[in-house]
Formats: sequence, C-alpha cells, structure tokens
Amino acid sequence: MKVAVTSKGTLLDSEVDPRFGRAPYILIVDTDTWAFEVVDNGNNANAFKGAGIQAATMVSDKGATVLMTGYCGPKAFETLEAAGVKVIDDITGKVRDAIKAFKEGKVTYAAAANKEAHW
Amino acid sequence: MIISVASGKGGTGKTTVSVNMALALGTGVELLDCDVEEPNAHLFLKPVIERSERVETPVPLVDLTKCTFCRKCSAICRFNALAVVGEKVLVFQELCHSCGGCMLVCPEGAITETGRELGTLNFGARESIGFINGQLRVGEAMSPPLIKQVRAAADPKRLTIIDAPPGTSCPVIAAMNGADFVLMVTEPTPFGLHDLKLAVEAVRLLGIPAGLVVNRADIGDREVFEYAKREHLPILLTIPFDRRIAQAYSRGKNIVEEFPEWRERFVALYHDIEAIITAKGKAVSCAK
Ligand code: SF4
Ligand code: SF4
Repeated sequence: MKVAVTSKGTLLDSEVDPRFGRAPYILIVDTDTWAFEVVDNGNNANAFKGAGIQAATMVSDKGATVLMTGYCGPKAFETLEAAGVKVIDDITGKVRDAIKAFKEGKVTYAAAANKEAHW
Repeated sequence: MIISVASGKGGTGKTTVSVNMALALGTGVELLDCDVEEPNAHLFLKPVIERSERVETPVPLVDLTKCTFCRKCSAICRFNALAVVGEKVLVFQELCHSCGGCMLVCPEGAITETGRELGTLNFGARESIGFINGQLRVGEAMSPPLIKQVRAAADPKRLTIIDAPPGTSCPVIAAMNGADFVLMVTEPTPFGLHDLKLAVEAVRLLGIPAGLVVNRADIGDREVFEYAKREHLPILLTIPFDRRIAQAYSRGKNIVEEFPEWRERFVALYHDIEAIITAKGKAVSCAK
C-alpha cells in the first residue's frame, strides 16, 4: 500500500516536515517495495490559504491511503477523510523511521485534526 | 460626499470624531459604522433602530447528481474553497470569496448559489441623522463583504460619514475605498505615530486626500506634529486632554452636546474638509 509522508527533503533519510500543507515535499512510499515518488509540494506551500486542502487532494490522487505528518488542520483532515485517507500525526524523525514504525504497526490513527485552523 | 474617519490604532477617538461631526452638522448626514467586528457608534449617537436585515454572501452549492467530478471548479478557485476528491465535492464556505467563478466554469450546471451568513445590517436614525451599522456574525472571518454592504446601503444624496475599523488591512481599505476624504484620528504618542504612518501609506495608495485630527493633543510628544508637517498632512482639529470631555465621554455623552463651542469646531472641521475636496476635486476622481 502507499503511504504519504511530509518531508523536508527528497530522500527516505530526509527529516519528516511537521507541516502538511506547507511541507516542501511529500514522499509517496510503497510500503511493500520501499519504492517512492517525490512530490514537490512547493506550489502549495506558498498558497495563501487552503494549502492543506490542496495537499490532501494531491495525496489522494497519488493513491496513498495513509498520511503521516506532524500536524493536520481541520480542513485538510476533512478533505482526507472524504477521500478515505487515514491520518497518523505527531510524526517526527526520518521518513524511513516513520515507514518502519508504520510497517511494525506502531502507530495510532488520528480521530480528528490536531491543529487549529489558521487565518 | 463620503468622509471616512480612520485611525491606524484602535481607541484613538475615531468614533468620537465621527459621531460628533454627525451631531454637529445635524441634518443631511448619514453615519455608517463600518467597524463591523466591534460596532460602538450607536452607543454614542443613540439612534432609534428601525429595522435590521440579515446579510449573506453567495457560496456554491454542488448537485452531486449532475457532477462528473471534472475538477474544473476546484481548478479555478484560487482560494481553495473547493476540493474534489473521489466522488465528492467539498465546499469550504468560510474560504469562499463569492467570485462566482466555479459556477461559470462548471460544464454540467451542477453548481448553484446558496448563502453564507455574514452578519446583520441595522438601519436607524437620530432625528434627521441617518444611521447604518453592520454587525459581523460571531465566527465569520471576513469582514470586507459586510463592510461593502453597509456602504452600499448608504443614501448617496446625504453626506456619508464612515466610522472605519481600526488597523490598516483589508477591512480598513474597504471602509476607505472610494471616499472623497479620509480623516485620520491619532494621538501624539509613539504608538499612535507608528500606526498613523501605516494608515497614511494606505490612504496614499488609494489616492484619497487626507487630514488629521490629533486627539488628547497635549499628552505625549511633538513627533506627530513634525510628521504631519513633513508629509503635508493638514491638522484640521486638535482635541486637548480635558477632564470634562473625558467625564462626558464616560457617561456616554458627546462633546458637542455638552460643550456648545465644540459644535462650531466640528462644523468648521467639516467645512475645511469640504474646501480641500473641492480644491482637489478633479484629481481625486481620476485617482479613483
Ligand atoms: S466543475 Fe461542476 S461537474 Fe466539474 S467537478 Fe465541479 S461541480 Fe462537478
Ligand atoms: S465562488 Fe469563487 S471563491 Fe467561492 S468557491 Fe467558487 S470559485 Fe471559489
């Protein structure tokens, strides 16, 4: 299955970026093969508002069914939920470690957004 | 004629100046309270409110039975107020700026309009002084659409005095745009001056002639006066810090009601503004 992880860089050893909508990259990782696609989230990161909504749509379009990130706002969460993408938040460390934890089942799914909406 | 009364910072006496000018003139005036987040001019003017109107802004409503999930709507929305995911279209009403673009672009005619409540317009009068204010709905984040509605309701045959919201961002611009004159109320303090400079920049961008009222003019320092001189901003009125004025204010009384000599000063303030507008008349209409 495909898991999306917000990242500061383009490698599995890059640090997880805690932000969702405004992370520079999102890595879409195939958990079986460790093959991954790097999505440049830069356009979104500069969006005036609703960056999380755009990022959520993109994650779903890439076929990911799980998102791992630091914080997820309410609008992004609602969009992900509508798209059937589950959210695991409060993720830190390297992208590789995040995926490893996911594969070992050492994660908890978020039931709601863990970040306030921002204006 | 439209006079917008603004101040970079809150609490400088902007409402005092707007209300007293309206009261001093007495007839042919309409006061608009455009500080829709915290309207308070009615507390001083004490108008009789005759009617209230709920104000909405159009937002899209998507008929999923017609929708083909083509995403043309979400692609055109620069505010990310629409998201098409799988077989769903999400509308984030609070992000929508009511541009109507999504409705125009939808090839299936799947989008119609519904309303998001912005707040309430209240219409009233005190004798022959007209009064309108807007009250933003609690939780509504965008005040400019409501401010525009308050302004659209104004009677163009009367002198419009606008009590603008504090600050220098979009809501203030909405309350100054298209005005013939911006009267800025400030205090002679470093904070007052800092915010005044920002407000003056905004007014200059809009190309509207401006002048100053310095409130509590005898406290603080001379910096505001120096600045006004450098910037060729006419100081049209100075109001001293006067215990009697402060006491009247705290009882909800207005300067012109308590002290007749001030009525003449506020009338003179208006005539000075009128003279500046007349002198700059043509240039202003070009700049708009
Ligand atoms: S443009 Fe119309 S048909 Fe296309 S996704 Fe939007 S609502 Fe559906
Ligand atoms: S009306 Fe404009 S701002 Fe509102 S959702 Fe449609 S395109 Fe976006």
